[in-house]
Amino acid sequence: MANPMKIRAAHKDGVTEVKVLVSHEMETGQRKDSAGAVVPAWFITELTAKHNDKVVLTSEFGPSVSKNPYLAFKFKGGAKGDKVVVSWKDNKGDSRTDEAAIA
Amino acid sequence: MNNQRRQVLKAGSGAALLSILAAAGMITPGMALADWNKSAFDAKSMADTLKALGASSTADSKEVQVTGPDIAENGAVVPVGVSSSLPNVTMVAILIEKNPNALAASFVLPEGTEANVQTRVKMGQTSNVYALVKSDGKFFMATKEIKVTLGGCGG
Repeated sequence: MANPMKIRAAHKDGVTEVKVLVSHEMETGQRKDSAGAVVPAWFITELTAKHNDKVVLTSEFGPSVSKNPYLAFKFKGGAKGDKVVVSWKDNKGDSRTDEAAIA
Repeated sequence: MNNQRRQVLKAGSGAALLSILAAAGMITPGMALADWNKSAFDAKSMADTLKALGASSTADSKEVQVTGPDIAENGAVVPVGVSSSLPNVTMVAILIEKNPNALAASFVLPEGTEANVQTRVKMGQTSNVYALVKSDGKFFMATKEIKVTLGGCGG
């Protein structure tokens, strides 16, 4: 199981800004190890963010997103104490869901 | 007696049974990736990627901004942001022309989500970074060159 995400959500002037830091290797499949064997690709393919069960962002990642991906976005609405739930899925079928309260 | 089950068992064993089940749609290889736009992420060139994303014609727009450093010291972590003042933005994509696969990430923005996303990408070498934005069903692009002093995709 992967490590938890760090999620920060802050509400200001009717807009909620969400920042997500995911813990993931994001291996491209281009790299070779010291023996010359290709390191197989291992990366997050999909990430979804929800606010009170309403999807506020869906994203698809390729292997060229950096290791431990960072993502920031803004949506209208949201209130202090509301939940923001972020979940991702990688190309090996692993997944993780974490949530945070809007501050 | 469950007749259907009898027939499936009778029809074959081992590999034959597996192929029957697969044909019936009960086992789908790579099911986890069902929604992922593989053709767009596998496309090598900018033109192929745009085609796979459904952007047959694009226009340059001053209302789309790509933010990032002019020079990235470390190609493994290049902060890139896309923002736009265009109305009804439903999709944002980040493309890096000279990476092995141009498409880095795409975002679907439902109503109420602002056209303003930031992330970090890997860049193998100095390249133009494109932001593709879908607004009112039309595609708009903006570009920014980011120089890389140390590539992020090497071994």
